[in-house]
Formats: sequence, C-alpha cells, structure tokens
Amino acid sequence: MSLHLEQVTKRFGNVTAVDHVTLSIPEGEMFGLLGANGAGKTTTFRMILGLLEPTEGTITWNNETINYDKSHLIGYLPEERGLYPKLKVKEQLIYLGKLRGLDKQTIIKEMEYWLERFKVPEYAEKRVEELSKGNQQKIQFIVAVLHKPKLLILDEPFSGLDPVNVELLKEAVIDLKNRGTTIVFSSHRMEHVEELCEHLCIMHRGKPVVYGALKEIKRSFGKKNVVIHADFPLDELSSFPGVVKAKRTAEGIHLQIEQEEVSQRILAHIANKGFIRKFALEEPALNDVFIEKVGAAYE
Amino acid sequence: MNKFWIVLWHTYITKLKAKSFIVITLIVSLLTFAVTNLNHIINFFNKDEKKIIGVIDQTEMFYEPLKTQLAKNRDRNLELKLFHGTEKEAKQKVKSEKWDAFLTLAYDDKQLPKATYYANTIADSDISGKLEQALQQLKTALATAKIGLKPEQVTQLYEPVPFQKIALEKNAKTEAELNQARGLVYALVFAMYMFVLMYGSMIASEVATEKSSRVMEILISSVSPVQQMFGKIIGVALLSLTQFSILFAVGFSSLKSNEYELFKLIGIAHIPASTLVYAVIFFLLGYLLYATLFATLGSMVSRLEDVQMVVTPVTLLVLASFFIAMFGLDSPESPFITVTSFIPFFAPLIMFLRIGMLDVAGWEIALSIALLIGTIVFFAYIGAKIYRGGVLMYGRSTSWKDMKKAIELTKK
Repeated sequence: MSLHLEQVTKRFGNVTAVDHVTLSIPEGEMFGLLGANGAGKTTTFRMILGLLEPTEGTITWNNETINYDKSHLIGYLPEERGLYPKLKVKEQLIYLGKLRGLDKQTIIKEMEYWLERFKVPEYAEKRVEELSKGNQQKIQFIVAVLHKPKLLILDEPFSGLDPVNVELLKEAVIDLKNRGTTIVFSSHRMEHVEELCEHLCIMHRGKPVVYGALKEIKRSFGKKNVVIHADFPLDELSSFPGVVKAKRTAEGIHLQIEQEEVSQRILAHIANKGFIRKFALEEPALNDVFIEKVGAAYE
Repeated sequence: MNKFWIVLWHTYITKLKAKSFIVITLIVSLLTFAVTNLNHIINFFNKDEKKIIGVIDQTEMFYEPLKTQLAKNRDRNLELKLFHGTEKEAKQKVKSEKWDAFLTLAYDDKQLPKATYYANTIADSDISGKLEQALQQLKTALATAKIGLKPEQVTQLYEPVPFQKIALEKNAKTEAELNQARGLVYALVFAMYMFVLMYGSMIASEVATEKSSRVMEILISSVSPVQQMFGKIIGVALLSLTQFSILFAVGFSSLKSNEYELFKLIGIAHIPASTLVYAVIFFLLGYLLYATLFATLGSMVSRLEDVQMVVTPVTLLVLASFFIAMFGLDSPESPFITVTSFIPFFAPLIMFLRIGMLDVAGWEIALSIALLIGTIVFFAYIGAKIYRGGVLMYGRSTSWKDMKKAIELTKK
C-alpha cells in the first residue's frame, strides 16, 4: 500500500502551485512534507485526496487512483480546522464517522478510547464552540483517525498546540505508525519532522528541493556543525579555512564546517589559547540543509 | 448505509431538533389554529355588546320602518332608541358614552329619507354601514312605492342576470373546473413561494455555515459533492414536508371541528386526478431547481452574512413567476404566458397554470418538463463543480467572477 506521486503539477491560471513533484511513500512509513507557507503542501495534499485534480502527472495508491470508494481508508486533518460549532462532540463524531463508513457502536467505542487518551472524556456531551482551540484540534484529530485509516494525512497537526498537547499528539501519531498506518504530514517546524520521519521532502515554491531518507540527506549534505564555548574571543575562527559560516552566540561561537576533519584542525588551533568549556561536533540540522538548498533563511 | 442517506438523515434530524425549528413550528401552528377559529374569536369578543344608537326622527315617519328593516337584516346587535330631546342633549349622551352614536332622520327635497350620523369617532364603519344599508333599502322601498311598483317587482329588478359561459372546444375546461384550477394555482404559487423563501435560504445558509466553519473540507474528502448537495436538498425538503404536515393537520382538524368542509373550501373535490399529479410533479421539479440554485449560491460565500446578498436574484425570479402567474390567471391564453411556460424558472408555476386552465397538448407538457429537468441536471452539474471548488475558496469578496474561479479550481 504505497503512495506514488509521479511528476505531479498543479497550475492555477498562471501560478504554478506544485511543480513536477515525484514522491514515493512506502507503506507503514511516516513521511514529512516541509516547506514555508505557500510552498504547495496543502495543494499537494488536496490532490492526493482527490479534492483537486492535478494539471499533469498521476497520483496512485497501491496502483489505484484515490476516489470516494476509498474514503473509509483515508484519514485527513485539514490545515483549516473546522467542525460544526453547534453540534456536540459526540453527534459530530457520529456523523463524520458514519461518512467514513463506521457504525454507531464502533464510533462510540473509538470516541471513548480517544477522549480518554487525550484526557478529555467529559467533552463528549459538549458543543464544539464551548471548547478551546487546542481542544477543538484534539477532536479534529480524532475525526481523522476514528476509522483507523490506512493512509493518514495530517496538515500541520501540531500548530497551535501547547508543548504538553504536542507530546500527546506525537505519541498518538507514533502509535498509529507502529500499527501500520502510512502517515504523511506537513509542518513548517523542522524539529518535528526530524523527530518523527524516516523520509521527507522539502518543498520550495512548489518544487521539491530535498527528497529522501533523513539520514541519507544529512550524510550527503557533508557539512557539520561545531559548537565551541570558551572564555577567550573566537571571532578569528570565522575566517579559518574550511569554515563555511560562523555565528556568534552568548557563550561562544557556532560554526558550520565543510568536513568533519576541519573540526580537528580548529581544536588544535585553539587548544592552547585558554579555557574551553565545550567543544562539540554535531550533525547538521535539517534547518541547515534547508537554508543551503533554498538559499534563504527559513522561519 | 449509503452516504447520501447519511447526509440526508443528518440534515433532517439536526434541523428537526433545532430549537428554532420547534419554536417556529409551534408559533405558526398556534397562528393557524387562531386563523381557522377566527369567527369564534371575533364572536367571543363581540358577544353581548349591543350598540345603542339614539335616533331623532324629525319626520316621525321613518323610525319604525328603519327598525323593522334592521331586524330583517338580522343586525341584532344594533339597538335603536327613539329620542325626543334636542340634538345638543343627544350629543352629550354620545360624549358621555351612554350611546354609541345617534342618528337624525329628516326628509330631503324629494320627501325621501336623509340622515346624519354622529359618533365620537367615525373610524368604525361597521355600525354606520349597517344603518346606511338599512336606510338605503328603506329609501328604495319608498321610492318604488311612490311610482307604484310592487315589492315583487322590485325583487325582480334586483335579481342577477343568468349568465352562463359555455366553451365550444371539446376539451376546454368548464367554469367550475376553471375556478378549481385557479384555486389550485393560487395554492401552488403560495406553497412555491413559501418553500423557496423559507427553505431555499435555509439550504443556502446550511451550506454557508459548513463552509464558514471549515468543516466542508472534511466533508468533501469523504462524500462526493453531488451526494452531499442532494442529500442536503432532500433532507431540507423532508423537513419542510414535516412542518407542512403538522400545520396542515392542525388547520384541518381545527376546521373540521369548526364544521367547514375543507375540500369544498378550496374546491379540490372535483379536480381531475391528472391535474393533481401535475401539481405534485411541477412542485417537486420547481423545488429541486430552486434548491439546487440556492445550494450552489450558498457554496459561493464564505460568511453567513453574505448569504442574503447572493440569494436575492433567485428570490426575484420566484417573485417574477408569482406576478406572471397572477397575470396568467386572467389571460392564460396570451402568447406571453405560453412562452414563459417553457422557461424553466417559470415553468413550474406557469405550465401548471396552463394545464389547469387550458387544454394543453401533451408534447407541450413533455417539452416543458424535459426543459425543466434538463435545467435541473445542468445546474446540478455546474452546482456540484462550483460546490467543490467554491468550498475551497475563502475569498472575502463574493462576485459572479468567483463562480468562474470556483469552476476553474475543479479543472485540471
């Protein structure tokens, strides 16, 4: 049950929202789609769901196109959150669950499980408009996963949540993945993607600029980071051979180097100059990759 | 369960349980009950109230005949009192509300009665009207007696002319049938107008609510727009039928206890079955057409406040059919009516009007229905497209240009 996007392009008049995207998402994987606002993430999702028709290219899931016959296999958390404000949570879930092919008993059983899990069992009889935005989002998430979908699409699932709830939701997402759900999610938070995804794609103005396995991407990037905290000035290191970028921090300096070897030369160079509190060689952050590929600071 | 039925049932049940629906149904039921019992209510308030009218008869001739005439007319709640005082005293009695009014009777220059009516206000024309009528009859009797006519001859004079209309065409409607058809057309025009105004904008705002609350994106990812749109349209239709049945039951039972013959009242009893069938067909098709339009328009707006604005043109179309139908009731054969009976927006009312009142050829009816169904299918198709695109658009403006944009969104 893998999802394939083949040369998918979407144009709105003269604007190309998604430009020749080719992706392959294996079954049971968690796939991250990264990009700034307007990068084409939501449009890509809408095409996967069949809400929009691609201008060019094909999207197949398990070698078949996605249509309404398969809607019970697909869960969707839209970026524009929305529920019926006047309906009780229970009525809401029953209606939307039935539309995904569930019967009432199953819905109520699942609803109780999820409300319990999100520590809000008392919300079943409340109207959605009475809930806080973060809690509405939990309900929205339940709507997306109630019917145990095989393919789950989460558009910015963590935005607008406090850290405690982000953790709750993350655990739920990981659980679903372990149960075999294929999950595609978008975020503009690099750290969420780094934490959750094996594979990812960074989109920029509709084009995929980075695509592949997270480890692979970082390794092929080559560059590493060096973090130094010391009691003496380190400014001269910004012009040290092999240093690509330097950023002064409160306690020292943050360097990006071309290869790991450079770090050892830097260490040798500063070893006798004074007291060094910290010297660390770090893997590049996804953010570094993004900046490199897109050529602009992100966030 | 088929998703269409889920949408239909959900729409029906949530609307049915809504407080606003229950309250409105209750209020209208009470109103219906009140209207059908209007005569009881009026009698209740007017029961024992006898109006006392003082009469100054300067001729000393007309008082008794007038009293007799009033008794003949069965105006029992008027009590005349002969008064021999002055006008000033009489006025005083009216002012102090001992009398409701007083009347002075005198001769005019032809020795016939003339009268002046005094009351605190002359806003109530009920008493003065009855007095005037009785006096008029009295005057007629006197005048005709003067020229030597007998009362029977006078009755003859006022008898209406027997004027019978007979249609020569073989299948032309008889006078009775025409009256019934008129009644039915009135009923249909009224029902159509009510349905479209009340439930049409309900559909539009239902769609707009789903859109403004953004629940739409989840909905269209699980149900196709066509199923969703028609589930909603039929759900609201069922709701309206429920409401109408309640009101009808209230009205009917209350009329029955009032000993009215309801069917006689609207003249439904002798209408041919085919006409009734056509009434149902045209009503359903008309509802479908307008409901589809409303659903489409509802999907165009992002805010509930804008609903009224976009549905106005459609409401005007309904109003236009209403006026055309009113014109058509008097001259169903005019070319204008013939033409409009084929225009789908007007056809439900106008073609039905023609069927009820004229002998319309089968192919004309078939053509009109076919055009109507074609238009419904066309708008359902366009509507579903706009619906699908429109719900993904959250622009602030609402213009006809947006409609084009919405259709483009669903293209490749």
